[in-house]
Amino acid sequence: MPALDSASNGTPRIGVYVCHCGINIAHTVDVPACAEFARALPHVTVAREYKFMCSDPGQELIQQDLRDGLVNRVVVASCSPLMHEHTFRTATKVGGGNPFMFQMANIREHVSWVTVDKGMATDKAKSLIAAAVARISFHEPLERTRVPVHPDVMVVGGGIAGIHAALTMADAGKKVYLVEREPTIGGHMAKFDKTFPTLDCSACILTPKMSAVRSHPNITLWSYSEVSHVEGYVGNFKATVKRKPRYVKEDQCVGCLDCIESCVYKVAKVPDEFNVGLSMRKPVYVPFPQATPLVAVIDPETCIEFKSHHCKKTCVEACEKDAIDFNQVEEIHEVPVGAIVLATGFKTFDAKRISRYGYGKYPNVYTSLEVERMVNAAGPTGGEVHLADGAKPRAVGIIHCVGSRDVATNRYCSKVCCMYSLKLAHLLKERTGAEVYNFYIDMRTPGKGYEEFYDRLLQEQVHFIRGRVAEVSDWAMDDEEEGRLILRVEDTLIGRVRRIPVDMVVLSVGLEAQPDADDVRRLFNISCSKEGWFLERHPKLAPVSTFTVGIFLAGACQGPKDIPESVAQAGAAAAEALALVDRGHVELEPNTAYSVEELCSGCHVCIALCPYSAIAFDKTKNASVVNGALCKGCGTCVAACPSGALQQNLFRDEQIFEEIKGVLSYV
Amino acid sequence: MNYPYYPGCSLKSTGKPYDESMRAVFTALGHSLEEIDDWNCCGATAYMSISEEKAFALSARNFALAEKHNGKGDVNLVVPCAACYLGLNKAQRYLREHDDLRQTVSKALAEAGLTYRGNVKVRHPLEVLINDVGMDAIKARVTRPLKGLKVASYYGCQLVRPYADFDDQHDPTSMDRIVTALGGTPVDWPLKTRCCGGSLTGTVPDVGYRLSYVLLREAQRRGCDVIITACPLCQFNLECYQPTMSRANHTTVHMPVVYFTQLMGVAFGLKERALGLQRLFVPFEFTPAAPESKGAVHASA
Amino acid sequence: MDKWNTWDKIQYESELDSGFAQEVMSIPDGEKLLSCIQCGTCSGMCPLSSFMDYTPRQIVAMILAGFRGEVLSSYTTWLCASCYACTVECPQGIKITDLMYATKRLAIRDGMHPKRFPAQVLATEFYKGVERTGRSNEGSLLVRLFLKTNPLRLLGRAGFGLALLRRGRLSPKVESIKRPGGLQAMLRSIDRGEAARRHTPQATREAVQ
Repeated sequence: MPALDSASNGTPRIGVYVCHCGINIAHTVDVPACAEFARALPHVTVAREYKFMCSDPGQELIQQDLRDGLVNRVVVASCSPLMHEHTFRTATKVGGGNPFMFQMANIREHVSWVTVDKGMATDKAKSLIAAAVARISFHEPLERTRVPVHPDVMVVGGGIAGIHAALTMADAGKKVYLVEREPTIGGHMAKFDKTFPTLDCSACILTPKMSAVRSHPNITLWSYSEVSHVEGYVGNFKATVKRKPRYVKEDQCVGCLDCIESCVYKVAKVPDEFNVGLSMRKPVYVPFPQATPLVAVIDPETCIEFKSHHCKKTCVEACEKDAIDFNQVEEIHEVPVGAIVLATGFKTFDAKRISRYGYGKYPNVYTSLEVERMVNAAGPTGGEVHLADGAKPRAVGIIHCVGSRDVATNRYCSKVCCMYSLKLAHLLKERTGAEVYNFYIDMRTPGKGYEEFYDRLLQEQVHFIRGRVAEVSDWAMDDEEEGRLILRVEDTLIGRVRRIPVDMVVLSVGLEAQPDADDVRRLFNISCSKEGWFLERHPKLAPVSTFTVGIFLAGACQGPKDIPESVAQAGAAAAEALALVDRGHVELEPNTAYSVEELCSGCHVCIALCPYSAIAFDKTKNASVVNGALCKGCGTCVAACPSGALQQNLFRDEQIFEEIKGVLSYV
Repeated sequence: MNYPYYPGCSLKSTGKPYDESMRAVFTALGHSLEEIDDWNCCGATAYMSISEEKAFALSARNFALAEKHNGKGDVNLVVPCAACYLGLNKAQRYLREHDDLRQTVSKALAEAGLTYRGNVKVRHPLEVLINDVGMDAIKARVTRPLKGLKVASYYGCQLVRPYADFDDQHDPTSMDRIVTALGGTPVDWPLKTRCCGGSLTGTVPDVGYRLSYVLLREAQRRGCDVIITACPLCQFNLECYQPTMSRANHTTVHMPVVYFTQLMGVAFGLKERALGLQRLFVPFEFTPAAPESKGAVHASA
Repeated sequence: MDKWNTWDKIQYESELDSGFAQEVMSIPDGEKLLSCIQCGTCSGMCPLSSFMDYTPRQIVAMILAGFRGEVLSSYTTWLCASCYACTVECPQGIKITDLMYATKRLAIRDGMHPKRFPAQVLATEFYKGVERTGRSNEGSLLVRLFLKTNPLRLLGRAGFGLALLRRGRLSPKVESIKRPGGLQAMLRSIDRGEAARRHTPQATREAVQ
């Protein structure tokens, strides 16, 4: 292959290739005329037109010309760079040239798709081609830099998605740090009784996985911990994890629970978070009997010892393993990782926000999560469903779409509530024999086995009323209603307004992003969507990656979804993280900024402006220096630099000015 | 403070006790209400049924007159009737938000030689009492605390919907707080914002009476001694058809219904005739509770 | 219904009015009507819905489908007390009360309301009264209402009327603003504006006579 010249030594020999794109471009732009025009431009040695430049034969045209030595720089006038810049850069490289001695002129999205008049379109195409040709003479060969990727990975969040992602990556031989904020992993799934549509026992399918996490040699489980800081760039992150003090030594505690038994609080007085406030716990506690790790934790907010420092400390006495340590302090760990999977989950909608449903006002109005704990045999009521006064309900009303599909709260549909409402209907009817009414707007049961589950509920004679409940109240109009909760609703299918007296109301609350989602996203340098969920790179084609390469998403933190979808997404995120880590290196695009150190005046303006914290001031050189690995090529510093010390590859001043001159020369 | 006052048509007839007690209470608290000159009907709900723009024009004329009355600066227009309050509030918002509407109405105003500069704030006396006068001043003026009196506050619809300017739309408490300040016992009930039927008691009585009856029935069931309202039509509907409701529902409906300003006046020790109490169909008198027994309402024949 | 239909109740598209929805939606924020998901919250909240021939939700569906005749001749629109409970709770933010007002206005304009239905007569008489004097006189308004709908009721309510008079809650005095002419000029200006846009002021006046 003949050697190719670089810009500084050697005359440019530019090849211009104008694409018809079928009729997409050719219908409006006179392609032959453009090719003819290009042929006459300075330094253009070859000008061709072809029906589909991105096809193999089209690319072959470029490669052959390069191999023959006819061209050493390539201009393709076709579609948007977002479509095919990569294709043609690769073609240039395959042909023996440097992929960055290539420029695209967009005569499709920018011309044929937006211009009606053929004459005007052709003129515009010509000026864009002239611009690209003028510019390319000032391109230099550039190389993509390779940085190694650290082989370890981190998973933030220990719910089902986080657990599955961690196990997958650990099985692939990677060292996984699983960081979970609560004292135990398991997430929301650990709170459920049965899962739809199979009515599998939730704990029975979850706990083996939790156990596997605990015993996996490649997983470092950091529970009761949070990520407090992340720095670095793809493949080379440095995460700082803060391990909160349990005041119990994790490696000594065997989970015998004697400390809890012996606590000076004979009666539990603290609202139990795991049981959603339906029962009480003591200051020293274990969230639930299958907690992983099974290690007690002492809550400094409620433990007497922290307030008075005079507690008898019967827990210390009772502990045979001498595991309790009131002097424990938080531990800070800094670990390098190559990829991070975020699986921080969701929170449920606060039903108090809809006052007409009476949550918090009437004692027998519950949220779905509270009912999950109630029907759970290991829950606060031992699986018994009864009213606040202990009686069994004769009728239960389940209201769908609480907090969802409403401009006043959340516009979106929370996806899982119809299915879990059906599940709760089944469980409540089974446990209590009560009449169960489901009030819905639409029945959304699209998954595998979901529609069949709906039919099963219909067969079980649960009443389905299509109507959004207007209000839950206690004003009774007849004896049947006396002392009960009345739901007023229009049965839209029959077309009558109905009053349904029930004893218990279940509000199917929607899913929302975690309250600190915005803070967490800042930690990892990703974005949130309008509704607060973490933003995926592309809603259709890239649901588990983010705009920050190396940070992946799994589970409900990306949007409402059920367990099978969360697990699938976790597997996908693990796969993409593994692809990154196993490749062993990352190639960074060279369109980054760099500093001409002699020109730097030391004003420091660039440092604060950089959104990626990629610029640092080097005191020894007395100049700003850009970290090419962190730089994303946004151009902010280049524009701001008053002395012109900061410049950007592929967007240097002379390149841009030549492009402008090219346009103006034709216009 | 002297407030420009827009009584509305009802307060000159069926709502006369509201007007009388309103003025008496404001005077007792050291403020005054000055009726703006030559005000016209706000249009209530009826006008909107015929022409939306004309309804806004009616309101705009009142705004222009209020500005004239006040001279310079913001006009704090006190509007006691809930329907007027909603109508004027709605007009003010729509005129501000829709340019074409504002232009049409301004042209109409010009025909009568009037202009509206946009300086009117429509305020309900409840809000003025809570924010400007304050609970402490109200408490201080009480000479006959309403100890043991169980009061159901009935807000009705147009006061809190669709604009929740000074109280919660679903669970308003402004009148209840005043009751507490007067020494009474507010009774919470779920029907406090459910429509009384409005003008339907006059046009489609079976339906209208039914709506008001449901409210009275629940208040009675909860052991209330009196219902207080902030709208002349609500008070009229709840108070004046009780014998008919009793017959239609084979029960006894007997519940005093007074304006919240009348209740305030009673607690302030003002005279019966100053508060228009003699104009009621179902009489209301308050006797303070003896230490052993609960407060009783005496019904004079 | 104690008999089957003797005519074909199927609804043909050719009988519906596709422009009806657009007409109703011409009010401010009217286009939100298109977002109705038929959840029925409006009917559930509405204290009058159980008395109406069509519930508010059905009226919305019928407007969108073009059932002009049924909607404008319904009793529903006149039983609406404009309490705004529906508007406040609608999950799509549709201003249902304002739509009810719009259908009231169209029903009067096109003369399609139930004849001599008291709620509609009240609105019309109220309107005329205010145009004449600038204020509403409740006593004379009610008299005119009864005379136009059910004169016998006037006799039945006479005792009540006297009771109100005795208590000073009804006044034989006619309340009026000082110069009704100024107000009438204002209202005529609005009519002219409407004429310029829709050519219907004559129809409004005639419908109101």
